[in-house]
Amino acid sequence: MELNQLTAHELIDKLKDKQANASAVLDAIYSRIEKVEPSVKAYVRVNDVKKPVCNPQPDSLLKGLPITIKDNICTEGINTECCSKILQGFRPPYDATVINKLKKSGAEIFPLKANMDEFAFGSSTENSRYGATHNPWDLESVPGGSSGGSAASVAADEAIWALGSDTGGSIRQPASFCGVVGLKPTYGRVSRYGLIAFASSLDQIGPITRDVRDSSILSQVIFGYDPNDSTSVKQDVPDFSKSLTNDIRGLKVGIPGEYFVEGMDAEVKTIIEEAINKLNSLGAVSQKVSLPHTEYAVPVYYIIATAEASSNLARFDGVQYGWRAKSDNLIEMYKKTRGEGFGDEAKRRIILGTFALSHGYYDAYYLRALKVRTLIKQDFDAVFKDFDCIVTPTSPTPAFKIGEKTQDPLKMYLSDIYTISVNLAGIPAISIPCGFTKKGLPVGLQIMARPFDEAMLFRVAHTFEQNTDWHKSNPKL
Amino acid sequence: MKYQTVIGLEVHLQLKTKTKAFCGCAIDFGREPNSSVCPVCLGFPGSLPVYNKEALNYAIKVALALGCQVQEHTKFDRKNYFYPDLPKNYQISQYDLPLSRYGFLDITADGKPKRIGITRVHLEEDAGKLIHETEASLVDFNRAGIPLLEIVSEPDLNSAQEAFDYLTRLKTIIEYLDVSDCDMEKGSLRCDANISLRPEGIKELGVKTELKNMNSFKGVKDALNFEAGRQAELLESGRAMEQDTRLWDAQKNITVSMRTKEGAKDYRYFPDPDLTVFIIGQEMISGIKDSLPELPGLKLRRFVEEYSLSEYDAGILVSYKKDAEFAEECLKQYPGKDKKNMANWLIGPLLSEANTRNLSLHQLGVNIDELTSLIGFVQRQELSHLNAKSVLTQMLDSGRSAQEIIKERNLLQISDTAELEQVIIAVIRENEKSVNDLKNGKANALMFLVGQVMKKSSGKANPKIVQELIKRRIDNA
Repeated sequence: MELNQLTAHELIDKLKDKQANASAVLDAIYSRIEKVEPSVKAYVRVNDVKKPVCNPQPDSLLKGLPITIKDNICTEGINTECCSKILQGFRPPYDATVINKLKKSGAEIFPLKANMDEFAFGSSTENSRYGATHNPWDLESVPGGSSGGSAASVAADEAIWALGSDTGGSIRQPASFCGVVGLKPTYGRVSRYGLIAFASSLDQIGPITRDVRDSSILSQVIFGYDPNDSTSVKQDVPDFSKSLTNDIRGLKVGIPGEYFVEGMDAEVKTIIEEAINKLNSLGAVSQKVSLPHTEYAVPVYYIIATAEASSNLARFDGVQYGWRAKSDNLIEMYKKTRGEGFGDEAKRRIILGTFALSHGYYDAYYLRALKVRTLIKQDFDAVFKDFDCIVTPTSPTPAFKIGEKTQDPLKMYLSDIYTISVNLAGIPAISIPCGFTKKGLPVGLQIMARPFDEAMLFRVAHTFEQNTDWHKSNPKL
Repeated sequence: MKYQTVIGLEVHLQLKTKTKAFCGCAIDFGREPNSSVCPVCLGFPGSLPVYNKEALNYAIKVALALGCQVQEHTKFDRKNYFYPDLPKNYQISQYDLPLSRYGFLDITADGKPKRIGITRVHLEEDAGKLIHETEASLVDFNRAGIPLLEIVSEPDLNSAQEAFDYLTRLKTIIEYLDVSDCDMEKGSLRCDANISLRPEGIKELGVKTELKNMNSFKGVKDALNFEAGRQAELLESGRAMEQDTRLWDAQKNITVSMRTKEGAKDYRYFPDPDLTVFIIGQEMISGIKDSLPELPGLKLRRFVEEYSLSEYDAGILVSYKKDAEFAEECLKQYPGKDKKNMANWLIGPLLSEANTRNLSLHQLGVNIDELTSLIGFVQRQELSHLNAKSVLTQMLDSGRSAQEIIKERNLLQISDTAELEQVIIAVIRENEKSVNDLKNGKANALMFLVGQVMKKSSGKANPKIVQELIKRRIDNA
């Protein structure tokens, strides 16, 4: 095995025992990028960055371990453009809180940023100004999105691990499509300071890793209250290594009926059912439950998320940073800059959100959506009274073909149907590999837990992983 | 037709907290443009606002001083509009759950007390400042993010004079609280006015105009007077009033139309998802209530009762907090029973000295013992009032004691009857006609003779004693 194929925890051990050194890890990743990046395209602005070298890092847990960062998380001195023309050339003068924490832990911030749908608007990483990322398992297919670059880089061994962001499934769905582990933490668990906002009440940063142990290690580093983010929560972070017990005997697992309905791929259904059987065979007790407001999740999400986005994206006006169109007066500058700077999906969502907040429509759309959001959250509260976790598919289908859904935004929006409720409810969820379709595409199992109970996710996911081999498969590139 | 003027005022107050409303930047006027800025107040992508507790504290102080009900839950909303001085293209403000509501301010209208309702007091952030040059416009963001308090009155004011009085009293209260510089010329206090006219006796409000760009209280008064006249003329001529925003031109003393409103602007307010609901507990409210200083209204009452001053005199003394404190110290230390003597000195000679020196009372640097000693000379009739005033001027100029100056200038009044008799004999001899007049019952003649004695003694003779002596001498003749 090459160094770039190892998990982070394996590398931590190797680096500690001096069986490898940090620059060799970096070299291995870079050689891999040179080899597969032309077909995968997980990274952006590749030619702008020289071959990376190790920076002096503090002696700490992650010393010398490189990590790949999604293009919407601010990295001091490294371009952060949300894969949008409007942020062309934007080099933040500050690090996001998560980047600060990683640096303090000794991690090496990889200077190439991961591709994504523009401003995280999408489920396929096709809405990037830099073009689509390709799924390492099938180069004709999408890697999922919006954190498609992060997930593909880990799956293609172009990264040890990566950070993504998840507003409606943007970590879990690409993790599922790419056969890796993706965690969406509880809202408020990870500081959003330095994450370029899509929808502030839904966004969370989270890890994309090769296995559950890596996910728990990265979570341990990036979780925690941040005084710079009013929405981060003062809540103790437990020692997650203690959750990796390989024991789920007696745990009560809810299986929501609303997640197993028409539109679901038959192969995916079978694979998920087998995974549930596996959990039962390991001592868990699964039982059907109901989340009755599930059908409203997609419409509610597209009102709240676009409303917030329309306001969050107002600041991109060409005045201070990023792209500014040539123009003779102020109004023309606004119009041209935004007209040229934003892609189609960004424009679509800004228009949708502006409409939802407009006078006379606010009550009918935004306010009503907030109320239904509360009902969705109450659905989960009710189930979690009796159940330790909920298990569902991460996505109704495996990875779809590039271009397949680009002409039909509604179809595209429905690919997040199983992940969106989690963001609306603010609860944590993880996606782990649980099988492959006959064509060899990975399928992900989603596990959800109570707010701030990521430990439960690690426990269940790790136990499943210890007793299956899905996470060990690698795409042939 | 007779019209009633209806005025409502909207005051914006820059709070002089140490740091800005939602970031740690220092508030320091007169710095280089764009030197007191950070990613948060510049609205950089990924940055997040955090409450400034001091600003909330100041805001609650003002709300309580204006008798408002402070809400236990308050939240911040985004007011969305594009303007280059607004870094995020939305302003963090308060919409449907303002910090406080239903307050009042007592003013005097036509010599009678009148209570003006306060609709709401809420907190928001200031915008930057545009500087227009020939080639381009520049933005200075030092001001962006400074906490701004919006104080909205009910349309209870019925004349420009009432509006002026309202502002004066509001300023006095704010100065007592020491939370703002209240300087209209420097922009730390801004005032917009809504004004409309309605035929006397009619309940319905007329069509209003909004007046902007006044930069002094007098400017507000002048603009309102002009506008009331303009509207009356329009109404008289039978032409329709148009809802309008007008700018005050202080040079030409007129208001000029800026824009007519087709409808209300749609700011698409919605709760800022970056800031959580702020809970102001009863404990916090009562803590702030206890910390409030004695406010001018109460101080006035107390001065009237404790020092037996007239309401008018007390009103003058309490209009500036530090002056009021100085005045109270003087009144306390004054040994005489009738405190009015001291009050007269403060309101009369001292205030006029302060005015000529462009200082306020407490800045004169008067030694209270010396002032008391000076008043003592007058009370004991050892110094004429006129001479006492010139001694005061000299005391303030030189810092020397009253005693010293009086001695040096030989100003002590002559009360020694033997010495005075000499002068009186001479005067009687020289003014035979007046003596005869007096004998014949012409009272005026007495005053004339006293005046002659004063003249001869270079003002040092004690006029009361002189009068007695002349009368006795003539009666005995």
